[in-house]
Amino acid sequence: MEIDLSKPILDRNERLAEENRRVFDEKGVFVLDLMASPGAGKTSTILATIDALRDRYGIAVIEGDIASKVDAEKISAHGIPAVQINTGGACHLESDMIQRAISALDLDEIDLLIIENVGNLVCPTEFNLGENAKVMILSVPEGHDKPYKYPNIFEISEAVILNKYDTVSVFDFDEDDFRSVVGKLNPRAPIFPISATKGDGVSAWTEWLAGRIDAARASAEEV
Amino acid sequence: MHEMGICQSILDASFEAAEAEGATRIKEIRISVGELTEVVDFALQFAFESLSPGTLAEGGKLVVNRIPAKSRCPSCGTEFEHDRFETTCPECGNPFNENIAGRELLIDSVDVEKDD
Repeated sequence: MEIDLSKPILDRNERLAEENRRVFDEKGVFVLDLMASPGAGKTSTILATIDALRDRYGIAVIEGDIASKVDAEKISAHGIPAVQINTGGACHLESDMIQRAISALDLDEIDLLIIENVGNLVCPTEFNLGENAKVMILSVPEGHDKPYKYPNIFEISEAVILNKYDTVSVFDFDEDDFRSVVGKLNPRAPIFPISATKGDGVSAWTEWLAGRIDAARASAEEV
Repeated sequence: MHEMGICQSILDASFEAAEAEGATRIKEIRISVGELTEVVDFALQFAFESLSPGTLAEGGKLVVNRIPAKSRCPSCGTEFEHDRFETTCPECGNPFNENIAGRELLIDSVDVEKDD
């Protein structure tokens, strides 16, 4: 006997993502899911983003890692609320983890919630968390050929941050080739070359993000 | 290796459906996976072999239907299949197209047996 199901495999995650989305909309929180390899500079980019936008928006961070609290401690030391999720081995965050994490945050005080996903270029791409935008970081030392090897993350990201751009001449990084292949995979995505720890290029990225936050707010007010 | 979690979700949905029908065995689970996902058949099958023993799906099969990537051109209306890296409209050359297939991760159906 054949039972017809015709439903998403990740149905449960999708449903919980929608619940998260409703909570974020109700509270007027813009949520960014930031994805990258381990060591690409996710936390440094978040810290630079906080510095640029903290006067304009209430910011909080959810840190996803397999183990440890080091990232949440770095963010907290900056005076920004941070919740650490330890996945205990899982290679990506899922919506139920976000649901638990936000219970520890005062969403009324937050305009921008940054979720730092687990360092991984593959697994986080299939899991909605209820975010407004997924954005990825590639760092120059990883090489310009990564979009050929991990295309999906480049396809689904609304913007691509190219971090450690100050090392571009050292690493033989072919920026033209990188831009060309990202342009094929995702012609709409802007590319922001930055050096998160030095601050170069960060304002172009944070102004883009601020534009997205303000646009989300404006469309929420219209409803 | 997110295939392990994906496979567990497939099995959970299948068990729920099978139990609702009072089935005693799952013979086959059919799923559709788009070419634009990064879900690997081999890893899914490995996960199925690891997770199914001792369950209703023990000895059953996981059948994967791969769905090609397809987009629609908003300028000229052409619908076309494409690979990952060449998504430009073949008719009018527009690079900004709307993806309409290839991202599926669907559980289609479950074939079960009942004891009479």
